[in-house]
Amino acid sequence: MDNTFVDARGRSCPEPVILTKKALEGYNGQDLEVLVDLEVAVENIRRFAENQGFLVDVSHLEDEDYRIIIKK
Amino acid sequence: MTARLKIILSGLMVGQLGSLLVLFGNPVNMGVCVACFYRDIAGGLGLHQAGVVQYLRPEIAGFILGAFLISRMKGEFRVRGGSSPILRFVLGFFLMIGALVFLGCPLRMILRLANGDLNALVGLFGYIAGIYVGIQFIRKGFSLGRSVKQKTASGYTMPLFAIALLALLFARPAFIYFSTEGPGAATAPVWIALGAGLLIGGVLQRTRLCTAGGFRDAILIKDYHFLWGLVGIFIASLIGNVTYNLEFFNLGFEGQAIAHTSHLWNFLGMTLVGLTAVLLGGCPLRQTILASEGDTDAIITVVGMIAGAAFAHNFGLASSPAGPTFNGQIAVMIGFAVTIAIALSAVRSEVTIGKGVRSRG
Repeated sequence: MDNTFVDARGRSCPEPVILTKKALEGYNGQDLEVLVDLEVAVENIRRFAENQGFLVDVSHLEDEDYRIIIKK
Repeated sequence: MTARLKIILSGLMVGQLGSLLVLFGNPVNMGVCVACFYRDIAGGLGLHQAGVVQYLRPEIAGFILGAFLISRMKGEFRVRGGSSPILRFVLGFFLMIGALVFLGCPLRMILRLANGDLNALVGLFGYIAGIYVGIQFIRKGFSLGRSVKQKTASGYTMPLFAIALLALLFARPAFIYFSTEGPGAATAPVWIALGAGLLIGGVLQRTRLCTAGGFRDAILIKDYHFLWGLVGIFIASLIGNVTYNLEFFNLGFEGQAIAHTSHLWNFLGMTLVGLTAVLLGGCPLRQTILASEGDTDAIITVVGMIAGAAFAHNFGLASSPAGPTFNGQIAVMIGFAVTIAIALSAVRSEVTIGKGVRSRG
């Protein structure tokens, strides 16, 4: 399974966080990239990842999506 | 302001407005109840003929318009949908059946608890049990599927519905029903109810407070963010009740307002609500807010809840203070069977979809 990329666009709560959580369980030092399309998902993933001690960087993409980069 | 403070304050606001709306005339422990208010609206529109619960509650119109306006202002109005709409309709339908067997949505459950009604504590245990079962499906990969962009016009369904409700409420045409006795006749003045609804809708659009999310996240990812909001609702409502509504405060099981004392059915009714709410991704209040910001899947859920309310009163499924009905007990059991069948089917399909989702290419 790819632990460096999650496409959670169009997923309803709490799926984006759960997909992120599953990917982070296999974290091996490589950045995790998560795509979402709702601000709510960004907030939930940010809160979850930061609580786990990760650094979170969010950028707004052109087509109303968000790219979240999660790393230690 | 920290996120934690914001969620607590929004909970305090909801709890306080719940108590104030009782002071201004809403039924006891029903200052704000999303399930009850949809049920009243279904009655007001003549979708059921239970004469004591018919009123076009302006609080609901307020939730919708408040959340719609704020989401537009904040650029969060996104018209989306297509994530298993008919399954969401069915889940919304049975969520409402569970709520009307218990007699209240999760929000009213907290307000009842804050007024000493220990039957709501039994309901709370049931709610958490239902959420726990739902989480097991989520852990196994339950998903109703992706939503995609929809036609912009779809997103205006809820605000136009809210405006239509208000127009009918003010015009009072002969075909709209207004209870003359019972809970449907206990109403806060329209402008106060609408104002409270607008405030709740707007603030909760920002803070995303969700009664199912509060327990779900605490159990699933050990995130207590939303749970703090629920604590806020409870505390403010408790303070409000002993301040303005002390004559109604009653600690115990017996003689509670619009409630019954059947522990089993209080528990199971709310178990069904918790389970369906987790599978839907949010409680009735949160579904209403989502529906108002363009989530057409949440709109279908709300339509399912209204249909559930109409059925509940047309077929004698809803409980009364005398207790649950036989039909209601059967309906809850059917609700469990259908909900678990949906959950199992959506776990299986996710296994095949999931593999493609996580890989980049």
